[in-house]
Amino acid sequence: MGTHKLLEVSNLSVEFETYGGVVKAVRGVDFGVDAGEVLAIVGESGCGKSVTVQSIMGIIPMPPGKITGGSAKLKGSEILGLDAQAANQFRGKEIGMIFQDPMTSLNPTMTIGAQIAETLKVHRGLSTKQATEIASELLIRTRIPEAQKRLHQYPFEFSGGMLQRAMIAQSLACSPSLLIADEPTTALDVTIQAQILDLLKELQSRDGMAIILITHDLAVVARTAQNVCVMYAGQIVEQGSVDEIFYKSAHPYTLGLKLAMPSNVSQQNKKLEPIPGSPPDLFSPPSGCGYAARCPHAMRICHKENPPLFSDPREPHHAARCWLQAPGAPKTEGLHQLHLIASHGE
Amino acid sequence: MIETINLKKHFQVGRNQTLHAVDGISLSIAENEILGLVGESGSGKSTFGKTLIGLHERTAGDAFFDGLPLPQKYTAKDHLRYSADIQMIFQDPYASLNPRMTVLDIIGEGLALKGIPRADIQEEVGFWLRRVGLHPDHMSRFPHEFSGGQRQRIGIARAMIIKPKFVVCDEPISALDVSVQAQVVNLLEDLKDSLGLTLLFIAHDLSMVRYISDRMAVMYLGTLVESGPSDAVFFEPKHPYTRLLIQSNPEADPILERSRPSAEMAGEITSPINMGPGCRFADRCPEVMPQCKAVTPQPRLIASDHQVACHLYDAT
Repeated sequence: MGTHKLLEVSNLSVEFETYGGVVKAVRGVDFGVDAGEVLAIVGESGCGKSVTVQSIMGIIPMPPGKITGGSAKLKGSEILGLDAQAANQFRGKEIGMIFQDPMTSLNPTMTIGAQIAETLKVHRGLSTKQATEIASELLIRTRIPEAQKRLHQYPFEFSGGMLQRAMIAQSLACSPSLLIADEPTTALDVTIQAQILDLLKELQSRDGMAIILITHDLAVVARTAQNVCVMYAGQIVEQGSVDEIFYKSAHPYTLGLKLAMPSNVSQQNKKLEPIPGSPPDLFSPPSGCGYAARCPHAMRICHKENPPLFSDPREPHHAARCWLQAPGAPKTEGLHQLHLIASHGE
Repeated sequence: MIETINLKKHFQVGRNQTLHAVDGISLSIAENEILGLVGESGSGKSTFGKTLIGLHERTAGDAFFDGLPLPQKYTAKDHLRYSADIQMIFQDPYASLNPRMTVLDIIGEGLALKGIPRADIQEEVGFWLRRVGLHPDHMSRFPHEFSGGQRQRIGIARAMIIKPKFVVCDEPISALDVSVQAQVVNLLEDLKDSLGLTLLFIAHDLSMVRYISDRMAVMYLGTLVESGPSDAVFFEPKHPYTRLLIQSNPEADPILERSRPSAEMAGEITSPINMGPGCRFADRCPEVMPQCKAVTPQPRLIASDHQVACHLYDAT
């Protein structure tokens, strides 16, 4: 692998052509994932987080979707714009993916065992017998009780949590080095969510698998991730380690999200501070900062020009797309100045 | 204000199969109080809310509103009569508004049924649109022109325009983004204070329920396992199931999360069809005892206003 990151995405842009016009869903996204790292991409509905990973996997429908720029390199080689056959080489084998809704992501007419075995037969050329044996091991590895019996059952006989485990088992079939999990626990109850998140963490720490976790839930991020990208209106607005994002938030949107959530940590009831308004229309994204219209600290420049990603020279992974981080920007009243100084003192 | 005694709702699901969705819930809600009802999917919390206000017929038990018994089965007349005092806000802001009605007709329908003249309705709807943070000009639009959060506000305006005393909120924020959830929760709190409302707030988001409610009740498979003041239930949970729930509830705090022990493999909710006696949680309970599978635990007061239904507290 040398100096390459496991996955390196740069300047990815994706558009969708619709009757209403062109939606600029992803507008220049850069991030990288190292082996054995859990990276969370967090954002609200419509921010482009799912489209980002679906483009990397080559599973957005084209047309109407169109990757208009950028690159994604897996272990140094380009995987964007591959033809179907080449894409199938890495999909499932190098990168596994699990989805939000396991009920609709598995084939209802095939047994769980047959679906997992299929992956092994296609990618590793195993016989049905060998594949079924490995499938059973995979079910045990994802802690599905009575794996032998479960192999021969259909998806409708599984509960939501068990199906998600089965889907994880399937995605592990070819021992991919990267697992993309798109809202894997959103449809699950909180006790089952905890089990699935623990399973993902175990795969990462024990097997050294890298995981990209797509979620809208900051609490899930806090529980699972090491590094975080916060997305808003098709762009990454802040990135850094999980501690930097939570304790030294450098973008007003990250801060706004935190203040909008109830916290039980201090046992006090602080009044929730909602973010006013709603995200911008991505048919015609604003020329300035996407968050400016909702930002309590917006300045004149914020409405005119989209800020670059400012990063801290001492903590190069921590960066924020906000004019308040520019040298000479006003020390903002109201916004947690300490955080800004702490992460961006020069 | 609201009281239920041993409320039950069973559904017949095929030959000799009975689904015990709500199985003997005794609960009371004081005036101007928010009671948060939590539980996992399939615990019967929504069915409880719907049965309480007559959207389902009760199988057994009693329900009282302001001291007066509510009918077991609502007639059309009953619905009209009680809807003046009791309203509901639904989970899905996309499915709960008629797409072919204008916002004016949706919000004003309750008033129109009372025979109030249209000009007055328009004025009142305009007032309520402003009150929930929308614009009176939105009156002539249709639901599809609004975002999820805005639709939920329309649903809230529709319930509030009647000036009800009691409102059942069934997962009112589950379908919304975090930043918008806070807008809706603050609006509900604000309306509760200014109108002196009583609310039953049904949700699965424990942090949000703790934040908004005065008291919290936890359901598991149709039964009430614990209830009490929100902070007591959240910070000193007594029932093993409540403890499991709180332990599983992630916080937006990485340091705290790193110190948290990993969730033990605790199984999943079992089927609520044809259940025998015993504690419903016994199969998953880490502290299960022999009597748990034989005898149904009764709710027991362990502190002022803090009730638990668990054999662990039998001796005290």
